[in-house]
This record gives sequence, C-alpha cells and structure tokens, in this order.
Amino acid sequence: MKSNKHLLSGADIFFECLRKEKVDTIFGYPGGAVLKLYEKLYDVDFLQHVLVRHEQGATHMAEGYAKATGKVGVVLVTSGPGATNTVTGIADAYMDSVPIVIFTGQVPTHLIGNDAFQEADIVGITRPITKHNFLVRDVKELAATIKKAFYIASTGRPGPVLVDLPKDMIAAECEFEYPEKIELRGYKPTFLGHQNQIKKAADVIKNSKRPLLYVGGGVIMSNGHRELRLFAKENNLPVTMTLQGLGSFPMSDPQSLGMLGMHGTYWANQAVNNCDVLVSLGARFDDRVTGKIDQFAPSAFKIHVDIDPTCIDKNVIVDLPIVGDVKHVIAELASELSEPLQLDDWWAQINAWREECPLHYEKHDGRLRSEFVIEKISEKTKGEAVIVTDVGQHQMWVTQYYQFNNPRSHLSSGGLGTMGFSVPASIGAAFGIKDRPIISISGDGGFQMNMQELITAAYYKLPIKFIILNNSFLGMVRQWQELFHAEKFSFTDLSDSNPDFVKVGEAFGLKSFSTDKPGQVDSLLDEAFSINDGPVLIEFKVVKEDMVFPIIPAGKSIKEIMTKRLDPKEMV
Amino acid sequence: MKHTISVLVENQFGTFNRVVTMFSGKGFNVQSISIGETETPEISRMTLVTTGEDKIIEQVVKQLNRLIDTIKVVDLTGQSRIERELALITVFYQRGTRAEITNVCNIFRGNVVDINNKTITLEVTGPPDKIDAAINVLEPYGIKEMARSGTVALKRGEQLKAEKKETLLT
Repeated sequence: MKSNKHLLSGADIFFECLRKEKVDTIFGYPGGAVLKLYEKLYDVDFLQHVLVRHEQGATHMAEGYAKATGKVGVVLVTSGPGATNTVTGIADAYMDSVPIVIFTGQVPTHLIGNDAFQEADIVGITRPITKHNFLVRDVKELAATIKKAFYIASTGRPGPVLVDLPKDMIAAECEFEYPEKIELRGYKPTFLGHQNQIKKAADVIKNSKRPLLYVGGGVIMSNGHRELRLFAKENNLPVTMTLQGLGSFPMSDPQSLGMLGMHGTYWANQAVNNCDVLVSLGARFDDRVTGKIDQFAPSAFKIHVDIDPTCIDKNVIVDLPIVGDVKHVIAELASELSEPLQLDDWWAQINAWREECPLHYEKHDGRLRSEFVIEKISEKTKGEAVIVTDVGQHQMWVTQYYQFNNPRSHLSSGGLGTMGFSVPASIGAAFGIKDRPIISISGDGGFQMNMQELITAAYYKLPIKFIILNNSFLGMVRQWQELFHAEKFSFTDLSDSNPDFVKVGEAFGLKSFSTDKPGQVDSLLDEAFSINDGPVLIEFKVVKEDMVFPIIPAGKSIKEIMTKRLDPKEMV
Repeated sequence: MKHTISVLVENQFGTFNRVVTMFSGKGFNVQSISIGETETPEISRMTLVTTGEDKIIEQVVKQLNRLIDTIKVVDLTGQSRIERELALITVFYQRGTRAEITNVCNIFRGNVVDINNKTITLEVTGPPDKIDAAINVLEPYGIKEMARSGTVALKRGEQLKAEKKETLLT
C-alpha cells in the first residue's frame, strides 16, 4: 500500500459520511459488532447519539424524528438481536413511507453464514420491509453505499433503507471520497407530472359539480401543504384527509371535512360516497379508507396523483392517473384553474350531513372520557402541538377531537398499526422539534409495549407530556369483540393486570399524575404544561366500555355505518 | 393469461432473492424464472413466466420496476419474440423401444446425450409448448427424471426492408 495516501478506517469513513449528510442525531445501542464505531463515536462532536433502551425504540424514535422534521432518521445498532429488534420499526416505516436509514453491525465477512455469535441475516430478513438494503462487502464501497442509502430513503416515495456493516469492514482502511452525486440506473422517480394528464384533470375538476379532495401523507412528505391550501381555498374545494394526511389542511377551516374511512366523520364519508370527482393526492386507497372497494366513491371520476406508480390501480381502478411529486402536481393543477367553482349546492349538502350526524360523546354523566381529554388538549395547545399517538381507540379519537392545523403535527403508526409506537416516536420528535409542545398519547395497552424508553426521555430531559388514556382494556379489540365477536372479551381486560402507572412514571424519574375526574383535567394539564425541564406522565382513568363512533365495519360501505351503540331495546 | 416478462437487473448479490421475495410477498404466481449474464457482465437478464389477470400483471410489472436493482422491465407478451427452453429427459427403454425413442428425439430435433443399459437421456430445446409435446410423447415409455431450464426469451429484431440489388438482367 502506498504510504503517501491518506487512509481512513471504515469507522472514520462512516462518521465522515454522516457529517456530509448533515446528520445531527442518531438513535442507537452499542454491541459487539459495532464496538469500533462506538469507539470513534466517543470523540465525535458534530452529532448527538441518543442511547435507547431497546432497538425497537431506536427505530420508532428515528421515525418520529423523520416524520416531525422531514429529515432522514438514523439508527445504529449491533448485529443479531440488535438488528432483529429493529424489524418492527422498519416494517412500520415501510408501510408509512418514513425516510430512515438503519445501520446494523454484522459479524466479520469470513464468518457470515457460519452461525457465528450474534449473527442474523438481517439483509435477508428485512428485504421485504425495506425500500432497499445493502450488505457492505468491500470498505471501498462504504462511502458510496451510505450516500445511496440516504438518497434512496429520502427521494421518490420515501422509506427505510438498511445498511449491514460487517465488523471487518468497519476496521478495514481505504481512501475516503464522498461522491457528490449518485446515479442509480434502476432508480429514477418520476418527479414532474405529465402535462397533458394534468390539463385533463383540471378540465374534469372545472366541470365538476361535487368535487372532493382526498388527501394523504404524500402531501406532507412532499411539503405540499401550502400548495394544497391555496388550491383548495381558491377553488372552494372540500378536503378530507387520511390518518397520515391530517394536518396537511387546517381542520379549523370550514373546508376541512376531517378524516374519512372506517372511523372518519359521517360527512366526509358521505361526501366520498356522493362526489362526482374524487381527487386523490398522495394517498393510497388503503382498505381502512375504502371499505368495500366497489362501493367506494361509486359514481366519481377518480383522479389519482402519486409518486409511486405501484399505488395506482392497485386497490381501486382510477380514471386518470398522474405519476409525480404531489406538491408540483397540485401547483400545476392550481395554475390551470382560474375561477372558483360554483359549489353552493354541494356545500349545502355537505353541511346538511354535518348537522345530521355530528361527532358526539356523553358529557353529562360525570365520568371521565378520552374524547373530553383530547378536546381539552386540543384547546390548550390551539392545535399547534405535535401529537404522537399509539394504536387503538385513543388514536381514532385523536383524529376526531384534536384540531390539527399544521403538517408534521400528527405522528401515528397507520399502515402497520404498531402498538408501542407513541412513546419512542414522541422522543424522536422531541429531538427534532424544540419550539412546539410534544404530546404522546397512548392507551394503557400500547404504553406498556415500549415504556422502557421513558428513561430515555427522562435522561435527556425532554419536555414530553406522556398521556395515558387508561380504560383498563385493549379498547379497540374490546370494541370489535362487542360488535362482531359475540361479546366474548377474550384477553382484553387488563383491569387486574395493569401496573400502577404513576409508580411506573416515578420509577423512571417522571413527575406523574393520575385522575378519573373530569373536573381535574384542566388543572392537571395546566400543571403538566408548566413543567418544561423534563417529561411528565398523566394517567387519565377513563370509561371502560366506550366505543369509537362512527364505525364502518371492515369491508362494508357507508350504508352500514354505525353512529352509536345499539340500544338493547332496539336489538330485541 | 400467461405472460413472459424480461427483466434486466444489476448482477449483484441478492438481486435474484429480491425479485423472488417480492413475488412471494405480493402473492404473485411464477411458472418459471431463469437468470443469466448478458453481453454486459454487470447486468443479468431474468426471464419470468407468470400468469394472472391484466390488473395483476400490471402490478407485477410495476412492482418489478419499483425494485432498485431492476434496470428495465418488458412484458414480451403480445410482442414478436423468440422463446426457448431446454429439457433433459431420461427415459427407460426396453428391447425394441430404443429405436422408437431415438426416433421421437429426432422428430423433435433433439439429441441423445447419454445412454446406459436401462435409460437414455435426451436433450430437447425449443419453445415451451414443443417441450411439453416431447414430454407427452415420451411419457408412455416411462420418464425416469427430467430437468427443465425455464424459458428464456428475447424480443425479435425488427425486420427492416432489405434493399433489392439491381440485377444485370433489368
């Protein structure tokens, strides 16, 4: 080897690459295969390493960070169990198109395939749940591979990319050169929408009597919320959003119909059912949105804008596809439409549906309800907080009772439906967002799935409000058991097996509170919001048997919507 | 309907697995897959034979395109193409049938590639339906074992109209 060349170890190259990618935070956990990286990390000053308590927590934190900031979330874990523990978070990021890059240690290349200590074929395991993954087999490829990983994760339809780093690759040396640009001949996302298709779409919208915008997470990912607002406002168009789309259009605006789908508002679902033109922007016609496919927007001309061609015609056959970046396509569509549409009749109809079946819950029996707590949080934060929800009833109630007004404010596990998402994801968000309150809302079931990360929040003094809506039940499963499974509440009752959440919080060093009285919600929230030098935990003991309404049962159409619990007398 | 899809992929560790994983993960059918190097060593060509309704095939093509390591995906179905498959077929023979079997082999323009005192091995190449026909005819003699390569296919070159040479007679 020539002595005049400047050689760097794989570990040095790794951190130089992170520096070039402007990574400021990584979520990780050390172990045998990545010791050399942690040795270097000890002296790295340009980024913060967040020590988690479980690698699943690290991936959800990276997701929370990425969803809240729009930047790529980065994870560093060791081989074998360290790597396999990341799998749920990776699958979650894949389903919700979250840009994260996961670096896993691997046994040295000469031991790969030998059932070596802490070996797992993580590249094989994660192939179906990553946008792409790499095994670095030559240190000379390390820099280019990392560049590719960040490029693939963050462009097109974003997603998780895993890079497996064998121990000897981290130790080996070579010259460092970071490629300025990466060309991948097999990967060229279509960015600009087809002009003629856009013109056609504009014509269809112009001539529609009952148009509806159906907006998904793509609008937020492409930072197209401003374009969406202008487009909807200038043309007087009603907007309904998916779970991931919430916040792309202000819910306080009368043109917002709220969320659609299984637990969407009555009027949003009626609007979908009756519209004559449905414009899908960065959404993927998920089964929780469509219900029965052939009765989804049955009479509508369907326009579908998405950057991922595989989304188009996958679930619902559309009339006019536009492949491209949704932000640009909305801007182009807007420029084609010059006069606001005359939609008075359509708006009158939508508002009649609003009156016909508003969201409601019991307010007068003196018992504490999740909906009430969420409404209070919405009021107190004026819809400006970052709300990180888990999965289940509380998640749906948040979509109904929290008024999201900004993009990147509603972080939730949608596609995979991962219980245990909220606690770590809120921590990730808190590392990225410093100027807005971060509120984690979980049920009592999901909270326990990653509550070890409370110590991460406490150690880094993150001012997160951890809210537990404790109904002593796996509430959503309970709801399905009541509605569809003969009221057999099989293994969903946690009332005898929940821990004391206040003690849990205190054990991790969090100021912790609990109440079951509606009258105390205000003061407890005020107290929690006044504490900003560390996390707090508030347990709200809520009514056990409440259900989320409305609900359109899975695979059904709006005709079968249930808006309230059936009165036993009516059932006879 | 049966579709023959030709895919150019990066000749890299794991690419084949990626394609196969995608097919099984999405629940797509595969009748045969073959893969081999192309004129450019860093690119391999995969030929996939799959069945499904048009909507499914559209998804197959899109999902193949979506993989980072795929460079080009062409559904050759409905296009003028050359499809070939190779089969090695070992058949039992008895006194009197050996000549019949070699005769069948000749009819299918195959070759005898191995023989012992009980069996004879034939090599047959051609479009998949020709292989099916050969197998069908050989079956009554007793097929001991068989290996099929799966289909490989290429689009036919465009036939440009050849210029006529002026002859001396005109």
